[in-house]
Formats: sequence, C-alpha cells, structure tokens
Amino acid sequence: MPAKFISFLKDQGEKVGDQVHFLGSFFRNTFKKGFEWNELIRECYLIGYKSLPLVAITGFILGFVFTLQSEPTLKAFGAENYLPAMVSVSLIREIAPVIVALICAGKIASSIGAELGSMKVTEQIDAMEVSGSNPIQYLVVTRILACTFMIPLLTIIADALGLLGGFTGINISNKVSAVLYFNKAIAALDFTDFIPAFIKTFFFGFAIGFVGCYKGYNSGRGTASVGMAANSAVVNASLWVIVLDAVAVQLTSVLAYH
Amino acid sequence: METITDHTTITTGPANTNDREVVIEIKELHKSFGDHEVLTGITMDLYKGENLVVLGRSGQGKSVLIKCIAGLLDYHEGILKVYGSEIKELKEEELRKARMKLGFLFQSGALYDSMTVRENLEFPLTRVLGLTDKNEIDERINEMLDSVGLLDAIDKMPSDLSGGMRKRIGLARTLILKPEIMLYDEPTTGLDPITSKEISELMVQLQKKYKISSVIITHDMDCAKITADRILVMNNGKYIAGGTYEILEQSSNALVNSFFK
Ligand SMILES: Nc1ncnc2c1ncn2[C@@H]1O[C@H](COP(=O)(O)OP(=O)(O)O)[C@@H](O)[C@H]1O
Ligand SMILES: [Mg+2]
Repeated sequence: MPAKFISFLKDQGEKVGDQVHFLGSFFRNTFKKGFEWNELIRECYLIGYKSLPLVAITGFILGFVFTLQSEPTLKAFGAENYLPAMVSVSLIREIAPVIVALICAGKIASSIGAELGSMKVTEQIDAMEVSGSNPIQYLVVTRILACTFMIPLLTIIADALGLLGGFTGINISNKVSAVLYFNKAIAALDFTDFIPAFIKTFFFGFAIGFVGCYKGYNSGRGTASVGMAANSAVVNASLWVIVLDAVAVQLTSVLAYH
Repeated sequence: METITDHTTITTGPANTNDREVVIEIKELHKSFGDHEVLTGITMDLYKGENLVVLGRSGQGKSVLIKCIAGLLDYHEGILKVYGSEIKELKEEELRKARMKLGFLFQSGALYDSMTVRENLEFPLTRVLGLTDKNEIDERINEMLDSVGLLDAIDKMPSDLSGGMRKRIGLARTLILKPEIMLYDEPTTGLDPITSKEISELMVQLQKKYKISSVIITHDMDCAKITADRILVMNNGKYIAGGTYEILEQSSNALVNSFFK
C-alpha cells in the first residue's frame, strides 16, 4: 500500500513538473524573436469572434432570468428599487466572469485540445519540430495569448448584455426607463467591484488556453487520445476556473478590508 | 557474413565505403518505453551520399530508431552521433541547428492540414530559413513542386490530395530546406504498386539531384530494390544482417529470406 501511494505521488509530481516545464517554455518562447503576429490575430478572431454569439446570448439570458427570479424576493421586502443594483453587482462581480469562463472552457479548451491533439497524433507537430521551426511559438504561444486577451473581452460583452437582459426582465412587470435603470445599475458599481472581477478574467483566459494547449500538445498516440485530450482539457480547465475564482474572491476580500 | 548476429564482428558498411565519411554513427543504442525495450542495442552507420534501407517487420522499432536520430525521442544508452555530435547532449538551439541539416518524411506525410499546399511549403521557408522576399519564396516553391511533379496542386488543401500526392508534397516540403540527410519512414506503405514505384524512383532522382544521404525505412521490397545502395535488416530492436540487395537475396537466414521470398 505505501509503495503504491509513493508511486502515485511520484506520478503526480512528474505531471506537475511537466506542466511547470511547459509553462517555462511558453514564457521563453513568448519573448523570443519571430513572434507570430498573424497567427495571434487569426487565433483571436477564431477564439473571440466565433464565441461571441454564444457568450452574448448567455449573458443576456443570465441577466434576464436572474432579474425575474430575484424580483419576488426583493418585492417581499419592499426592496424592488434595489433590483438593478443587485443584478449588476452580482452579474459583474461573479456570475458573468465565471459563467463565461466555464462556457469557454467547454468551447475553447476542448477545441484547442482536440486541434493540437490531432496535430500531435498525425505527427504534424513532430514535422514542425524536425524541420527546425518552433511549434511552441507558432501553436502554443499564440493560442494561450489569444485566450488570455479574448476571455476578458467576452466577459465585458456578457456583462453589458446581462444588464440589458436585466432591463428587459424588469420591464415585463414594471415600467422603468432605460436611463433610470442603467443609472441605478452603474451607480451601484464601484471600482472595487469591477477591477478585481476584470483582472481575474485574464487568469481564467490564461488557464483555459494553457490547459487546452498542454493537454493537446502532450496527447498520447492513436486517434482515441485526441478525444481524451479534448475531454481532459475541458475538465481541467473548468476546475481551474473554479479554483482560481475561489482564490480571487479570497484575495479581493483580504485586500478590500485592509 | 550477413547472418552473423554478433554485430561487433560485422562491418556495417560494404567494402568500398570503408574510407567514406560517416554522417550518422549509432552504437549499441537502447530505448525503452516503461518496461518495454524497443531498441535493444542496435549498431549502424550511414555513409555520406548513400541510400541505406532498413528492413524490418512492423513493430520492430524502425520508427522509434529514426525518431531517435531526429531527436524526437530520447534514448537511454548507447551512442548516436550525427556529424559527430551526440544528439542527446545538444541544447535546444543546437538541436534546432542540427535539425536544419536533417529532413524527415513521415509515414503519414504529416502535412499541415489547416494550410494549403503552398502554405505548407512556405512554412519552413519563412520560419526556418527566415526568407521574406515574396518572389524568391514563390520561385523556390514552384521549383520544388515541379521536381515532385505536382505544380498544379499548389492551391489545394491536403485533405483533397490522394495518398501518393500527400507523400510527394511531404517530400517537397522537406526537400525545400535542402537537407543533407533524409530520413524516410515507410515512404511507400499504403500506396498502390505503380505509385510506390514512382515515389521510389523520385527518391533516387532527388537524392542524386540534391546529393543527399538517406536512411529509408521500409518493408516494401520493390522500394528497397530501387532505392538501396545497402540494406540492413533489423529484428527485435537489433541489427541482424546487412549487405547489398544481391547479397542478402542469397542469404540462408530464414528471417532475411522472408523479406525476399
Ligand atoms: N511514443 C511511444 N510510446 C510508447 N510506445 C511506443 C512509442 N512509440 C513506439 N512505441 C512502441 O514501440 C514499438 C515499435 O514501434 P515502431 O518503431 O513504431 O515500429 P515500426 O518498426 O513498425 O515502425 C511498438 O511496440 C510501439 O508500440
Ligand atoms: Mg513505423
């Protein structure tokens, strides 16, 4: 039993070591000459623009449903005036960043995992390597950076559409002017709500890109491992998003009260 | 001499190559995956300008052997020198430089399937050689595609190409960097006999044109007959026999014989 446990620990240690090594080679290759600008822009387009409809619809519905659900409760306390404020604070601080990141973990991490995994299995990555070109710089750096920059952007769009959804939700039962609603919603926010929430989305984006690339780039041999790479990319990226969110919330509250 | 299994007593080159320059030197190479030992101490040399065919049944570690040569796989024990430098000991940047002299044709062709044929050939030119002049790039691509006889496929996607065409494009993409050593992993497997013959002849023709030394891994005897200056038979991750096609054809060793039946 202890022997098994030790070999389990050793395995886990090796995995962590591998990831640290991969992380190191990401950073080294990011600052190497020959940065792949065109490829970065193409990836930003693929990752950002192509996820836009999904993220926009989700954001809108989140705001809409959240408003409808909260209204009766607030009404019971005679606090329906606070509805716009409540919706905007919870949406922007927590719900939109996490939901967008989880959606992107599903959509983007899996597609990166599958894409790089199939390139690995069909020896395309080996072919780049033996020719003397740099697959980390071309494939990995661009994808991780594109995720790091696009997830925050998608979150902001989801925020905006979420507020719009909230406005629509309120107007089903009450008549509130758009000016009044958005004034209230935005007045409720201050920088300590927005900035930490915005910063953490960069980390979500990085985690999604990193996990997708790592799993794809290190997938095994044979076609089955492509599916496994995609699948474990989603699972691990989602887990990372949740863990990073918990850390971010703790960190923000510590910083905010000191 | 071809049936001797003790490789320490074998000259790994034919008599007339003894004084020629050795470009790849492999001695007692071992490689395992977990408990599974794939290369069990193989010894071979590649001389400058020759076509060396490595014969062996599937799963005997042929691909593993050339992946070790290209630095794609680590090895545990033994010597593996390309142009005199031990591959295992090269730093990242040195390995990249060494690889610029090596060409590798993968079993599947390994074309970049998100790029057109033109972009596949452009990739090594811009990324590895750092060319920027559009005219020079186009000129080189056209010349290379012409050499493999596929100039009209230039704007096709790899998915629209047949197996033989993919091999040719893979060959073009590798040769466009003008490697001094070519490693071919089963260049004719999966192709019909006529296409196989065409590819084999193309390999010989290009080898002469660009003065390349090559290691050709195969179990296709027609390909071996056309391309080989010298043949080496490998079994269980080890050298078992070597010589020219004509010599090995007369061999009394059952395993060697089974290839020539
Ligand atoms: N990356 C790898 N990981 C684990 N086992 C491998 C790997 N590559 C090859 N092998 C194993 O090594 C053996 C030889 O494979 P290979 O060199 O591909 O044979 P072949 O002579 O047909 O080219 C096979 O049993 C294969 O399963
Ligand atoms: Mg093979």
